[in-house]
Amino acid sequence: MTQQPKTSTAPASEPPKKRGVPRRNLLFGGAAASLGALAGAATLLPGGKDQGELPPSSMAIHGSQTVPFYGARQAGISTDAQSHANFVALELNPDLPADRIKALLKLLTDDAARLTQGRGALADTEVELAASPARLTVTFGFGPRLVELVNPAQKPAWLKPLPAFSVDKLRPEFNDGDLLLQICSDDPVSVAHAQRMLLKDARSFASVKWVQQGFRRAHGTENPGTTMRNLFGQVDGTANPQPDTGWHEDVVWGREEIAPWLENGTSLVIRRIEMNLDTWDELDRPGRDASVGRRMDNGAPLTGTNEHDEPDFEALNSSGFPVIEDFAHMRRARPENPVERIFRRGYNYDGQPAAGDISGSGLIFASYQADVQKQFTPIQKRLDELDMLNMWTVPTGSAVFAVPPGCAEGGFIGEQLFT
Amino acid sequence: MNKMTFKSFRYTALAVAAAASLALTSCGAYDESRNAAAPTPAYAAPASALTIDETWAKAIDGGMTSAFGTVRNSTGEDITIVGASTPAAKTAELHEVIAGADGGMKMQPKEGGFVVPANGEIVLEPGNDHIMMMGLVKPVQAGDEISLTLELSTGDTLDFTAVVKDFSGANEDYGDLADDEGMDHGTDTPAGSPTHTK
Ligand code: HEM
Ligand SMILES: [Cu+2]
Repeated sequence: MTQQPKTSTAPASEPPKKRGVPRRNLLFGGAAASLGALAGAATLLPGGKDQGELPPSSMAIHGSQTVPFYGARQAGISTDAQSHANFVALELNPDLPADRIKALLKLLTDDAARLTQGRGALADTEVELAASPARLTVTFGFGPRLVELVNPAQKPAWLKPLPAFSVDKLRPEFNDGDLLLQICSDDPVSVAHAQRMLLKDARSFASVKWVQQGFRRAHGTENPGTTMRNLFGQVDGTANPQPDTGWHEDVVWGREEIAPWLENGTSLVIRRIEMNLDTWDELDRPGRDASVGRRMDNGAPLTGTNEHDEPDFEALNSSGFPVIEDFAHMRRARPENPVERIFRRGYNYDGQPAAGDISGSGLIFASYQADVQKQFTPIQKRLDELDMLNMWTVPTGSAVFAVPPGCAEGGFIGEQLFT
Repeated sequence: MNKMTFKSFRYTALAVAAAASLALTSCGAYDESRNAAAPTPAYAAPASALTIDETWAKAIDGGMTSAFGTVRNSTGEDITIVGASTPAAKTAELHEVIAGADGGMKMQPKEGGFVVPANGEIVLEPGNDHIMMMGLVKPVQAGDEISLTLELSTGDTLDFTAVVKDFSGANEDYGDLADDEGMDHGTDTPAGSPTHTK
């Protein structure tokens, strides 16, 4: 799958209105001529308002909203998921010494601290693009090599590629990485600018290994707190440990049996999963509902009515079969051991279709958990063995990162590794 | 549910460490010891009425490079920056950028220095006034921290640190001044870097 091309959202090919006759009037020249007044008006089209001169809008403008950068934990994890996310994995230059890695982390921390608060980065050449962060967050994750180069003694046992799974069709261009930047905002321009600034500061230390661009519903389209839908149309995230609950605390930030690698640190698994929308189309509603064990329309378990009703895994239908089938994704993903829980914070992607195809869609499956091996891997193993959804999904990328704690003003992300 | 408390983060200890590093305003170039400080905290020499922040310099393999920042004057009197020095380079000058005869932008020493107006500020930025460091003692790499000192008309000095950034702009032509001070310019500066016309 090719990554979505990095075009800007503004159609660059469309000339500004002021420059002469709009193309439409050329195409429909006859009609335009018969409406002489309209054709004449083309040259008189008023320009837009000048920057900063627009009257106040009745829409709630949210560009100035910020998420604090400094804190015991990094932002962008327990933060309500923003509309847009770019996941950027960097590969450190060969033989980069620890003091250069420190210099890199200080530069990137400073950029993130400024940009997330709506200030330009130092030496920001497009400082105007920084002015509307729209809840921009930058979250850093460390791959195995970065931790090995700086402080091998601190490397957690789980910081390594996941074991191979039979469903995997991994492509090296979406695997692994030494340093991850998860850049999220409710505005894609803010994401693009932050990425540009961070990468300018990283380029003398590292190169880009992969970029994955993801999205959810735009800000303001639905009530905040509405569970996202993936591109299969499923309500995706219902059984997630919601931020601000003790459960979320435990799952993401750890407790006794699942201690985080560093206090206030966690881990991030990113799986790029292709979703075959064409074969999914062949499946009717009952089959779709059965594949997960939840209803497509509102996400309710097949044994309930509302999205957040507890599923009844014991319930049988009139023929004596389980209502939530044995192969249902929800049944397979739900653990018997309560430790095996994860916090999913994924994004849809919709890239260039392969030749002859009409869709190149999928999920950037991103999950946070204190301990990859104890929490994530057992679930993925069960899904690998049996999960109806495997019929339509193919993992094509896989990466594991250790997420360091946050920092206070004056500190930098990853400072604990340099002590 | 076993809800843990995570409020034990030691902001105060870090704040103290940051404050301690603020006191160390005079040290050599490339001082890596300030690891508790952000790349560019605003350094204000206590005795000075001027402060400078947003300080950075452009990475370069050798030769010369420039430093930038925002200087504020909190007094009711104009204060002039009359000179600059740094252990990172043989010499440092105060430069302005003017339109050259050929239409290109040229930089040259600013006569009389930089006047920071009473209760005002000046911005040192690419394409504009800047501090030129010539005869770099070694390459300046992204992420390095360079110590600089400004001499003021009041007789005070203002010490600060500039973090080095990878930056493609700030390529003003150095005009005909390049020969004057025996400066050894970088040999592999990219196209568009300060050129040295005779
Ligand atoms: C493209 C691939 C995937 C799709 C479309 C998908 C979709 C869904 C849907 C619709 C649900 C039910 C609603 C909810 O609770 O969120 C769900 C639940 C869940 N999924 Fe997935 N999923 C995918 C991959 C994965 C992977 C790779 C994992 C982990 C290895 C995973 C773990 C879970 C878990 C833990 C639950 C909650 C189960 C429970 O009710 O306790 N999913 N998924
Ligand atoms: Cu100059």
